[in-house]
Amino acid sequence: MSRNLISEQEVSLLLNDVLERYGYDFTDYAPASINRRVNHLYQIDRFPSFAEYRYRIITDSTYALRFVEEITVNVTEMFRDPSFYQALRTQVLPVLATYPFIRVWHAGCSTGEEVYSFAILLKEAKLLQKAVIYATDINAGVLEKGRKGMFRLSQMQQYSRNYMEAGGREDFSAYYTANYEYAKFREDLGEKIIFSPHNLVTDGSFNEFQLIICRNVLIYFNKTLQDRVLTLFSDSLEQLGFLALGSKETLNFTSVTRKFKQLENREKIWRKVQL
Amino acid sequence: MTTAPYLIVIGGSAGGLQPILNLLPGLATSMQAAILIVLHRQSHYESVLTELLAARSRLPVREAAEKEALMSGTVYIAPADYHLLIEADHTFSLDDSEKVNFSRPSIDVTFSSAALAYGSNMTALLLSGANTDGAEGLMDVHEAGGTTAVQDPATADVDYMPRQAIQLAPIDIILQPAEMAAFINGMAGV
Repeated sequence: MSRNLISEQEVSLLLNDVLERYGYDFTDYAPASINRRVNHLYQIDRFPSFAEYRYRIITDSTYALRFVEEITVNVTEMFRDPSFYQALRTQVLPVLATYPFIRVWHAGCSTGEEVYSFAILLKEAKLLQKAVIYATDINAGVLEKGRKGMFRLSQMQQYSRNYMEAGGREDFSAYYTANYEYAKFREDLGEKIIFSPHNLVTDGSFNEFQLIICRNVLIYFNKTLQDRVLTLFSDSLEQLGFLALGSKETLNFTSVTRKFKQLENREKIWRKVQL
Repeated sequence: MTTAPYLIVIGGSAGGLQPILNLLPGLATSMQAAILIVLHRQSHYESVLTELLAARSRLPVREAAEKEALMSGTVYIAPADYHLLIEADHTFSLDDSEKVNFSRPSIDVTFSSAALAYGSNMTALLLSGANTDGAEGLMDVHEAGGTTAVQDPATADVDYMPRQAIQLAPIDIILQPAEMAAFINGMAGV
């Protein structure tokens, strides 16, 4: 077929190679999307045959890293789904404010746009000083970008609109300085964010949190892996802690359904009600 | 319950909503196929679109949810701001990767993915639009043995998309809007 040059079986072979050689496990990802990504990379890197693609991945660890980084999706934006951030601001932050110390885990944070968005919410609620946000991703390259806190200046108009739709009342442009084609976000926003590699498939819990944010990550996993990761999240949340997912993700029909209660709005935020 | 044995995917962009509204009332409730609609639009009108289509349809209309199985006699709408993929086991997957043809959902992405999952047991219908989305996907549908159909450009509000498709991909049938419901019923074994 014109756009699917590598079969599903061949993709499985590659994923097994990557698991055995490098320890990255994509074998429980939802196949349709991963097939598309693997084929896309095969095409843009212009391999003449599947055999050469496979050989390069097996023998060249630098290229294998590129493979891992390219087949995972890293599309994100600041204040994505403004009503979600509105709900965090009005329904979750007032609860977090009652804790002496706030621990947040943003899992699958990609280049960090949503992490900085949340840091801005904390800052405006005067909670940032007593908070720490662990921002993790499988992909070391995107974490490096997140640490820099620099995002494309051309996006700022859209982000500013999102910010206002999310209930932001400050001057959004005061949070960054323009530097050529990048917007560099203020140092004090980044100070409380710890960017660190973490693989949801293979790594365990590393702390207890009052809020875990994991948006548009579970959609790439199959049912088995979704259940496993949700159990990891559940085990990593304090009693009455919050779990926030992407706008098309749900806890319904999962292994942890009965432990959580969804907030009374249409946003995808649940509260852990049972240990 | 078994998943739908046949799939009809309808892709539309600018001017694509009207033919969909026209064909929905004519769809037979006995059909042995799932209908999937991929329509370019602003994400803000999300819930309104589902309601709008449901009001015209005797078949249940709902947004496609990830991991949900495709069922016969149901009209699914691709959610705004995600690509919609079909797994080999005939369930939906969502993907929020880069836009394709400046679009998310992209018609190409869904057509191509459906072609892999459904092979010859599907029909792809491309409607009015100002974009080149859909043409490549129609090629994949054709190569997998599926049926390709395009709205007659002369009847389209914006004829660029159906014209591009006719130029680039092998098209089995060119349809007038008034013929679409009967055509779909026929493909769906009614």
